[in-house]
Amino acid sequence: MIREIQEPAEKQKIARTILEALPDWFGIEESREGYIKESANLPFFVIGSGPEDLATVKELYERGVKNGVEGLYVVGKEELHRMEAGLSDEFDCALVAPTGALVCPYELTFAAVGNAMDNGVELLLNFAVTSIDDDGSRYTVTAADGRKITASCVVNCAGIYADEVARMAGDDSIKITPRRGEYILLDKAEGNCCSHTIFRTPTKMGKGILISPTVDGTLILGPTSEDIEDKEDKSVTQEGIDRILSQVRPEMPKVNTGSVIRSFTGLRAVGNTGDFIINNPFGRFVNVAAIESPGLSSSPAIGVYVAEMVRKLTGDPARKQSHVRTRRSLHWFRDLSHEEKTKLIASEPAYGHMICRCESVTEGEIIYAITQNPKATDMDGIKRRTRTQMGHCQGGFCGPFITKILADTMGIPFEKVTKHGRESYLNVGKTK
Amino acid sequence: MKSFDPEKNEYCYDAVVVGGGPAGMSAALELYDNGIKDVLIIERDVKLGGILNQCIHPGFGIEMFKEELTGPEFSGRIEAKVREYGIECALRSMVLSVDPDLTVTATSPDRGVYTVRTGAVILAMGCRERPRGALNTPGTRPAGIFTAGAAQRYVNVYGYLPGREVVILGSGDIGLIMARRMTLEGAHVKAVCEIMSYSGGLARNIEQCLNDFNIPLLLSHTVVETHGKDRLTGVTIAEVETVPGKGRVPVKGTEQYIPCDTLLLSVGLIPENELTRKCGIPLSRVTKGPEVDQHRETEVPGIYACGNVLHVHDLADFAAEEARIAGKAAAKRVKELRASGQWPCDSDCAEAEAEDLGNAQGRFTAKLHTDGKVRYVVPQRISAKEDVKVYFRVSDVFNDPTLVVRCPAIEYPDGSGEPLLLFRKRYAKLIPGTMQSVTLTREMLDRVPDSYTIEFGLV
Repeated sequence: MIREIQEPAEKQKIARTILEALPDWFGIEESREGYIKESANLPFFVIGSGPEDLATVKELYERGVKNGVEGLYVVGKEELHRMEAGLSDEFDCALVAPTGALVCPYELTFAAVGNAMDNGVELLLNFAVTSIDDDGSRYTVTAADGRKITASCVVNCAGIYADEVARMAGDDSIKITPRRGEYILLDKAEGNCCSHTIFRTPTKMGKGILISPTVDGTLILGPTSEDIEDKEDKSVTQEGIDRILSQVRPEMPKVNTGSVIRSFTGLRAVGNTGDFIINNPFGRFVNVAAIESPGLSSSPAIGVYVAEMVRKLTGDPARKQSHVRTRRSLHWFRDLSHEEKTKLIASEPAYGHMICRCESVTEGEIIYAITQNPKATDMDGIKRRTRTQMGHCQGGFCGPFITKILADTMGIPFEKVTKHGRESYLNVGKTK
Repeated sequence: MKSFDPEKNEYCYDAVVVGGGPAGMSAALELYDNGIKDVLIIERDVKLGGILNQCIHPGFGIEMFKEELTGPEFSGRIEAKVREYGIECALRSMVLSVDPDLTVTATSPDRGVYTVRTGAVILAMGCRERPRGALNTPGTRPAGIFTAGAAQRYVNVYGYLPGREVVILGSGDIGLIMARRMTLEGAHVKAVCEIMSYSGGLARNIEQCLNDFNIPLLLSHTVVETHGKDRLTGVTIAEVETVPGKGRVPVKGTEQYIPCDTLLLSVGLIPENELTRKCGIPLSRVTKGPEVDQHRETEVPGIYACGNVLHVHDLADFAAEEARIAGKAAAKRVKELRASGQWPCDSDCAEAEAEDLGNAQGRFTAKLHTDGKVRYVVPQRISAKEDVKVYFRVSDVFNDPTLVVRCPAIEYPDGSGEPLLLFRKRYAKLIPGTMQSVTLTREMLDRVPDSYTIEFGLV
């Protein structure tokens, strides 16, 4: 019944069927609008130059058609440059995937976790798992700070730490290697210099560095791809920055790579099987590990799949009868008309008080982010939910204001506000 | 002239000033002094004063009030005049857009999202600090990295200390001021690193904020890596050298690790022109502010800009002084609109396009260009033959330079043609940190053909 998914084609199929397969997520208009409104109709491009690349493009096309990807077509030089005027002249063919789209990775994640919480799921933060014990019917999961929880079933989705967590439960089969991916984010002024996500023809090293507009109107370049040892090393390297810029500059000569607003690094969890590891090694312990690209796209389908595994492992409990099925999008306020905003401000004046001047975010929206599931508890949490600190000033202006709002709304001392939890305090104490 | 339409949540004022800092308030005062009294200042903060509210150090007002004041004292004096005149201020009110037809849309807790129709708009939004991302420094992204201005707000407004062991990158004035401020609050400022071979900060700030406290200023140095996972634990700095074609790059082998919990950035100020850009007003690539004429009028008739939104000034005094120019011109415009029956706007002429009144005494335009050694000039164009004070800033340190203002060679039919020299001035030294000005007189401009270029250069 439970099996490890090995076949790349099947993996792709999972990813492809997300929208249709998940009426709970995307079947309700309001939610669907919220998730994908701005991201609609952004095809993926794979571009190439020279006969070798043309062969690759054709091969990709055929593979895509075989896998059932709809609407794929190959364009020649003239059409390619009409569609993307900013591309370098060296490119003479492209594979266009019009059904491709972008989603905001933060919003997708917040929506999933938040909706789960709205339906009764509890989220324990700063809960670093140190041991997992099974007495045959219940697991006891212990955190570094001594907190303990018990559960009849444990699902391990610990990302780059999934191997360590599996080992705590007695499964030594998984080995996760962190793969560093560095990105550069450019100002909104550059966001309109291309209108599609653009990939180079892939090589053995993967699909390479891509150029993509984001749902927020900025332009993102990256990622690099480098296997490293340290699971905590999210540093940006000079080599990485240079590699991205040296590839992008000749591809898109018009991009002003001087308008960088941030560079950052993420770690992808690369497994030892060359595929997603979704299995039930023993007992009521489930691994959901090594979810590398296209992990985000696959995640809703994986969720449904794993829920079914858990349901069977836990003796088929009764389905919940009432279920919160809708959720406001993160930018519900931004989407209101002037009249609707004025009406709301009359009863809730905080929605008239602009805190973030770069991205136009009000005090009301920040408080909403701190009080709605999953509640923001630090500066980065506010940032990813509201886009404050993500604009030109990168929090130079709004940072101190948001610190104050966080402290007041959460009822914690000002100096206890952190950038991203743990020991990342912003202030060390009071002035003299 | 002032009116309100509750149905549309729309106000009508003779003039709207966007921003209630020293420039915005001064522009409003000048409007009032010139007979335009129905003025609305729109300010996003809870009080007037702009960034000066957090600049509690002295050094303000020497030019304007002939005495040394703190930032809040300086802005307080201007504000007192605004109050005395009874000029209306919308506080906690943020402008969302300025349209070329002179409609301003804003939001505030007490008015909701509202619009204002007006005869003139003066942009005075000030500037912002360049953030870290613009530098693209390798390393981790922990807490403890702040712009100097953000740290200043934590310390001076909220009363909290953002760190104890401090390195400052960039020797802009806010960075220098914060070096002293953090020291006075008990922090240890270990070094100020400046990538250039000179500081862009005021000489008096280097003396009073660094030298007086024995804080080393490391010229031709930059931060090449940041360390620490949660909170900053240190930075690696290195010397830089100029490599042709690559700019200023770190020298291998000169890296030095400095343990610290705080990195303050003071790497430049950028005029805040989101509204201007959205309005379609052309911006200068050099100043990052709108291109204006001698009245500080942008390319969109009826929209003016002054203070740090136009170009970054050395002193608040100068920003306030410039605002008077814009205020005066805006007042003249509103009066001319009134005289021609186009203002106050009523429902009949609400749709009428704002019209450029131009110059009654015949058209004249000249564009002002620079040679690169002179980095920029303001204004960038002259629209009438009158005395015009031109501000300029140089791009490097120059010893014993001569400023030459001239028109390029005029080619006459007989083939003769000499560049037309308007003005020469020898300086002992020019530095990027100090803005200079020269006055082009009406007599000089009389010699300039219409639509010609005036070049500012150094020899």
